[in-house]
Amino acid sequence: MSGTTTSEVKFSELEKKIKRENWRRIWFRFKKSKLSVIGLSMILILLFMAVFAEYIAPYPSHAGLYIAFKNAYKPPSLEHILGTDMYGRDVFSRIIFGFRYAFMMIGLVLSIVVPTGVILGLIAGYYRGTFIETVIVRLSDIFISLPPLVLALSIASILEPNIFNSMLAVSLMWWPWYVKLTYSMTVSLRNEPFILAAESQGASTLHILFRELLPNELGTILTKVTLDAGWVILIGAAISFVGLGAQPPTPDLGTMVSEYSKYLPEYWWMSLGPAAGIVLIILAFNLLGDGIRDVFAGE
Amino acid sequence: MTVENVTTSTRLQKILDNYYVRKILLSIVTLFGISILIFTIARVLPGDPARLALGPRAPEDVVEQYRKLLRLDQPIYVQYFYWLLDVFNGRFGLSLVTFRDVLTDIIEFIPATVELIIFTLIIDVIGALSLGVISGRKPNSIIDNAVRIFAYAGIAIPSFVWAIILQLVLANWLDLLPAYGRLSLGIEVNRITGLITVDALLNGNLVAFADAITHLIIPSLSLAIGSIAQEARILRANLIENINKDYILNMYAHGIPNSIIFFKYALKPSMIPTVTIMTLDMASTLGNAFLVELIFNWPGLSRYGITAMLRKDLNAIVGVVLVIGLAYTIASIIIDLLVSYLDPRVRYKR
Repeated sequence: MSGTTTSEVKFSELEKKIKRENWRRIWFRFKKSKLSVIGLSMILILLFMAVFAEYIAPYPSHAGLYIAFKNAYKPPSLEHILGTDMYGRDVFSRIIFGFRYAFMMIGLVLSIVVPTGVILGLIAGYYRGTFIETVIVRLSDIFISLPPLVLALSIASILEPNIFNSMLAVSLMWWPWYVKLTYSMTVSLRNEPFILAAESQGASTLHILFRELLPNELGTILTKVTLDAGWVILIGAAISFVGLGAQPPTPDLGTMVSEYSKYLPEYWWMSLGPAAGIVLIILAFNLLGDGIRDVFAGE
Repeated sequence: MTVENVTTSTRLQKILDNYYVRKILLSIVTLFGISILIFTIARVLPGDPARLALGPRAPEDVVEQYRKLLRLDQPIYVQYFYWLLDVFNGRFGLSLVTFRDVLTDIIEFIPATVELIIFTLIIDVIGALSLGVISGRKPNSIIDNAVRIFAYAGIAIPSFVWAIILQLVLANWLDLLPAYGRLSLGIEVNRITGLITVDALLNGNLVAFADAITHLIIPSLSLAIGSIAQEARILRANLIENINKDYILNMYAHGIPNSIIFFKYALKPSMIPTVTIMTLDMASTLGNAFLVELIFNWPGLSRYGITAMLRKDLNAIVGVVLVIGLAYTIASIIIDLLVSYLDPRVRYKR
């Protein structure tokens, strides 16, 4: 009796050790690419700024409705690094608050889209050749056959223009891409011996989907998630820019570019600041995504 | 009789087995799907299209009558059926912005967008090919590294930001090119095709032609930069991979001149993945056109679409989205044909 327990303990310890070793190996491979480390650090810094915006922004009260006309239209100076806007608000402070909305967008959209798409993709791939597969795959084909931005804009236009509805619009447009990805991986894994073995031992469908298939697909899904984070920002900013997303005075980066671009070319610093903010986030996630892809491609 | 029947049915089978026939049939099914999707979203929304059309001050019984006229009192599948019948008769419904049939509007606004997209494609192909070839021929040279930095910028900077930057720098600060519109004030071209560059040439009006081209450069450049960056990187990677293959080494051994090897035998297969990615780039170009046309006050379909979206002009939204969906489907079929022309393996498999 006691013999089995010790060997079980040893086995679980060994398992932990292997897992730790794997993570160390992944980190080692990731570290080798300087660009992806730069990307990760950029994201961490931006995230830190977003979380502690109240403490980091030089003028936290300028994020929302704040008016001081005597300070309006000031070009960049030591006092206001990126200048002030038409109401005299500090553009740099507003950008820091803008990062908060950008990360909220990424978090919310991906946490809706990834589970939905992955689960549907697993089901469609596992029940290959049945009615379920046809419905799921055809439905996602329809969503994919429109340019993503066009679909997102038209969904957003039908809803009330605010930040949560624009997140909803992006989510509605995005899930089919995860269905496609998971579906194709599941189809190719479906007839592998380890799945047949699990089936013949009477494993439940849930077990096969989430304990056998999903862990094997996680690497690819994770890579797509990181590469997609930049695209989510891009599409979200585009919706806001057109005026179908967050409305002023919300300090959303896309909304700010749109609001301030009316004052081009005289007051160029106003729109270039938030535009640079958008570019920074997209660039950071692209660098990180490239690094993660290389890590999993090496396996 | 039976023999004849068999041959016709096998012939039909053969046609149905054809890759392109299958693809076109599937696209038709998908377009119906898109129309159902957009129609449903447009009709399920809160808010009353009849009330929206007539304004808040219209009396209730008039709105009620108009609702009946629009068949809004009937189940949604009946509405869809009648809408589909109208579409096949060339009626997309009245636009709330221009008070004309949406199809009339689309026909008026589509040439400006077509011209912009074609010009974008030309810039895209020239840019991607030349940058990809330059950096692929001499990997890790100064030019290659410059292209690499440009590629990251091209991918990370959204096209509406490019539009603002290029407009600011090239039009406002350096005053090299016009900042808005399709033609300068005072220059007019008789509308024949609606594509101003083509019409100007048909009229023999070279001044207008040059003017139209200068107006096209900034908008199409801001649409093309992202695609150029992505395609150039992929072309470079594939060139480097192919140039190290045995068949190229064999050609060197036979003393075939370097440039012939490079351009005739290495470039063609390297272009396949680049052309494949163009489907996705086409999708983002069609989407980004909505923002770029807005910024440059470009009187095209996309700006019409944005105006419709901002005013919740449902018939116009559905019409524009359907036309864009159709255009995208056709574009992806053309790109598919191009891939199979470049890649004999794909041709045989199909």
